[in-house]
Amino acid sequence: MAGASSKLSCATDGHETYNEEGSQKERANSSMFSYILKRLLTAIPTLFIIITIAFFMMRIAPGGPFDQERQLPPEIEANILKAYDLDKPVYEQYFIYISKLLQFDFGPSYKFRDFSVTELILSGLPASFQIGGLSILLATFIGIGLGTLAALYQNQKTDYAIMGVAMTGIAIPNFVAAPILSLVFGVYLAWLPVAGWGDGAARNLVLPVISLALPQIAYIARLTRGSMIEVLHSNYIRTARAKGIRERLVVVRHGIKGALLPVVSYLGPAVAAVTTGSVVIESIYDIPGVGRYFVNAALNRDYPLVMGVVIFYATLILMMNLIVDVIYSFLDPKLRVGA
Amino acid sequence: MSNALNMNDKLASFNDDSAEVAGRSLWQDARIRLMRNKAAVVSMVILSIITLMAILAPWLSAHPFDEVYWDFIQVPPNFAEGFWFGTDENGRDLFVRTLYGARVSLMVGLVATTVSLVIGVVYGAVAGYMGGRVDNLMMRFVDILYSLPFMFFVIILMVIFGRNIYLIFVALGAVEWLTMARIVRGQTLAVKKKEFVEAAHASGVSTTKIIFRHIIPNILGPVIVYMTLTIPQVILTESFLSFLGLGVQEPLTSWGVLISEGSKVMESAPWMLAFPATFLALTLFCFNFIGDGLRDALDPKDR
Amino acid sequence: MKIKHFKNLKASLLAISVAFSGAMLTTADNDAYAAGTLRIGNMGEPASLDPHFVSGTWESGIVGNLFLGLTTEAADGSIIPGAAKSWTVSDDGLVYTFSLRDHTWSDGKPVTAQDFKLALQRILKPETAAGYASLLYTIKGAEQYNTGKAGADALAVEAIDEKTLEITLSGPAPYFIAQLSHYTAYPVPAHKIEELGKNWAKDGNMVSNGAFTLSEWTPNAQIRLEKNPRFYDAENVSLDELVFYPQEDRSAVLKRVRAGEVDIQTDFASSDLKWLEKNMPDYVRIAPYLGVYYYPLNLDDEVLKDIRVREALAMTIDRKILTEKVLKTGEIAAYSFVPPGTGDYGSSPEVSWKNMTQKERVAEAQKLMAAAGYDKSNAPTIKLSYNTSENHKKVAIAVAAMWKKALGVKTELFNTEVKVHYDNLKVRDFQAARAGWIADYNDPQNFLSLMESRNTSQNYANFNDDQYNELMRKAELEADPVKRNEYMRQAEVIALTEVPNIPIYHYVSKNLVNPKVVGWVDNASDIHRARYLSVK
Repeated sequence: MAGASSKLSCATDGHETYNEEGSQKERANSSMFSYILKRLLTAIPTLFIIITIAFFMMRIAPGGPFDQERQLPPEIEANILKAYDLDKPVYEQYFIYISKLLQFDFGPSYKFRDFSVTELILSGLPASFQIGGLSILLATFIGIGLGTLAALYQNQKTDYAIMGVAMTGIAIPNFVAAPILSLVFGVYLAWLPVAGWGDGAARNLVLPVISLALPQIAYIARLTRGSMIEVLHSNYIRTARAKGIRERLVVVRHGIKGALLPVVSYLGPAVAAVTTGSVVIESIYDIPGVGRYFVNAALNRDYPLVMGVVIFYATLILMMNLIVDVIYSFLDPKLRVGA
Repeated sequence: MSNALNMNDKLASFNDDSAEVAGRSLWQDARIRLMRNKAAVVSMVILSIITLMAILAPWLSAHPFDEVYWDFIQVPPNFAEGFWFGTDENGRDLFVRTLYGARVSLMVGLVATTVSLVIGVVYGAVAGYMGGRVDNLMMRFVDILYSLPFMFFVIILMVIFGRNIYLIFVALGAVEWLTMARIVRGQTLAVKKKEFVEAAHASGVSTTKIIFRHIIPNILGPVIVYMTLTIPQVILTESFLSFLGLGVQEPLTSWGVLISEGSKVMESAPWMLAFPATFLALTLFCFNFIGDGLRDALDPKDR
Repeated sequence: MKIKHFKNLKASLLAISVAFSGAMLTTADNDAYAAGTLRIGNMGEPASLDPHFVSGTWESGIVGNLFLGLTTEAADGSIIPGAAKSWTVSDDGLVYTFSLRDHTWSDGKPVTAQDFKLALQRILKPETAAGYASLLYTIKGAEQYNTGKAGADALAVEAIDEKTLEITLSGPAPYFIAQLSHYTAYPVPAHKIEELGKNWAKDGNMVSNGAFTLSEWTPNAQIRLEKNPRFYDAENVSLDELVFYPQEDRSAVLKRVRAGEVDIQTDFASSDLKWLEKNMPDYVRIAPYLGVYYYPLNLDDEVLKDIRVREALAMTIDRKILTEKVLKTGEIAAYSFVPPGTGDYGSSPEVSWKNMTQKERVAEAQKLMAAAGYDKSNAPTIKLSYNTSENHKKVAIAVAAMWKKALGVKTELFNTEVKVHYDNLKVRDFQAARAGWIADYNDPQNFLSLMESRNTSQNYANFNDDQYNELMRKAELEADPVKRNEYMRQAEVIALTEVPNIPIYHYVSKNLVNPKVVGWVDNASDIHRARYLSVK
């Protein structure tokens, strides 16, 4: 299968600023609290809208969960549809789903009949969080480092070299890079396992983490370079520019907090996307994560599982965006939420 | 290709520019500065060559793109027979298919990116500038679209409108603008507090005019950077659409499809991966350098 | 299901930093498994390990090592006694009486005739909603019970005593004994299902009566089976442990085979064959497989309802080029619908034009098209649908090229993902399409029933031929195997003349087996039970 998942890569985010007037610290704290509360409350109707649209959207799409190469006889299909309430009108199914959801019952998986949706997602989370978390950490440090370096040497050899490597990371899709890595390090050199989870042993993690981090490194480096150049071109740094690289480094260190704002806002949705796994990486390295469900549940028309991952992902996106906004105010007091 | 001296040249040129800029328009000025960026100029030349090759594809190869040669199935580059890039698993000439793939991929890359750019920039700038409740509503709408399963969206599009190459642009553009909108909104929030915007507002300039004349030109930097990151994304996502049946259909092809086919035979038939991947990488590098050049040329702080 | 991944997080962070510094140059430890372990690239995560919910070959490969049906497979795939040590059949071929072997479930409880009865009742119960229940409709009362027209007592399965089971059929079905080796007829531990409900098939819960028991099931990571010391033939089982990896990506699994991480891979891409034959020829196992790859033609379609067009299309597909140059994995060119070597069918009838050269076929086809009112300049356009896959694409492109060259027919290639494809077939929204059939049991009836008009779900072409239906009906009621085969052969001749489906090739099974695995026998059912395998 091709490289894209339904979580189309990651969102980059601009500065999210909430610029109400006022400056007193206590007031800021309490308004921060009420701001978070407000956002959490709006998350509920947002989530509800997402659930509703997703539910009907997947029902409009042709093909049902039990269409397959070996078509079922109609009487058998009738038995199955009945067992899952699929013989009822769609709106009725919707109300059944919502009422079960309110009791935190996500339903059974149609495809994996021994498991409930909750069981499947919970069993996949540790692996996805582990691989995704390590990748995003790695990508953040390397990406910001490379991006800063490139900005300092803007339009010089170092810059071109770094951006060249970064572009390679973007231009070589995952589904090409990952097999090459496992071929070289697993088969030719035999340093690391070709694939397999091995209960999360370190040697099983190295290749998937690197494969997942590569494009992220590239993205973060590109974004860091861009905003770093803005910082370097800002007036107070331009005056210091003549003094040479070393001084500029010092200045950059002061400016870096501000320059990182776009990167931080990129990281919000990126964390959501990367930690929920990638179908490509998981299938190439045989990782028992949740990433595969984003595509496979949809391909299988496993309706409850589709809804499960949609709700899970939407919640994560909403939370990450809120966290990003809150982190802003710590990074840059001028952008303090409600301050 | 450059060194510290180059940097100084560039600094010097900034100063020159700032002395002369009064008489030139923003775009004229940007164009002149873009033309001074060697990497950007070389990239434009290479891109033009690739585009030209894509347009002239039928005349450049001895073989039609859909002709099946039973006796040359999956052969490595063979100059005697005119298979410069070898053949694929059906014995079709990979050279001409790579060029035909360029047509689709370049078009998808440019059009879908432009769609996402236009929608994203306008949407984001409006949300950011209006602020408050409007902003909140608009951004939650983005969150909603972001969370919906993309695949069903694609399948439903296909069911309603049938199979159509223009739908690819719609499907991709419609998804990619979300990220662009977020970036633009963020930048707008930062820019709208600057003196020149507030001055314009105070002197009664209309909202539309402020957004298009003052806000958007000042946030082009990150927009361009992100745009160059969008192009590879749409080109590769297109191959997923083809998998679902919405993208290009056989016998037509695209770089995304060629690369995903090639990746499955990278050891037994490396040429099937190497050639399309090289073309894609080269193109992305070019877009990247042009993007950087544009960013530099349009940077208001440098002006 | 085991959730124990977090504890390694710290260790992995550390190790990754070490690895990045380039110090981790140790050789991969591929001998970490005990010598008695066999590792299998299973090519798919099982949808279930409950035999009543199993639906595919990759699940059958696991479940078949866990459970033992009344009959079972020998190393070469042939049918031998399993949980039943012997049986008798009444003269009319309708009543089977099985005498069970003395053996127990893995928890020590004896396997009884009652267990089999309850299992059959369970899979056929409408509320169970088992997808494959219809295979058992050969049993009297099964269809009525499964479709809610009768109660469980209608099912003609009787436990005469602890060890004697009597099953009555609705018609003589010589393939019934073979059918009993299928997973739909496996016994399930009623005492465990009662206690645990749908969780009974998970690790830690499952009790089975086969050569192995389930010791671990981590979804999408691995499934481990341990040798069952209570298996009746345990002394002849050499392996201590089986590990199944559910990974689907064929080229990724191939790399694991090369690195020695996996011993058996149950499928590989035909594009890799050339490389494999050059670099690891002693791994490659290709054998004919009971399956047919075919193109149904929609008989309701304006163009395709003309039999001359259908025949011309069928004749102009050069199967020799297709199998030898495009597929290249030993697939067998199909001139019949039923694969050669199916059951005791003998050689299948074949299309009348089989002995012509391709050139003669093309000439003949052009005449047929001319008679139908077409020539190369005004040939029809045909939409050819297939579900997205490298292989189907390759075949479709080749067929389109052949049709275009021979007849001028333009082909619109139309690919969709598998669910949409079969939905389109179901509602007959197609002209020509790709389909395939792998035998459930080794009998021609299993293939020929696809074209019976009463088979509403699988007769994609909408073939409705009274004579064909009548012959199939006669075969169903015939107890004499020779006469029965004759009816089916006559039916197949009709199907080949009327061309509702174009048979293209007969499948092969493609396995990679590490030469250190002993006891592997290639066979047409592609069933290889691990009780016969060992590792050198």
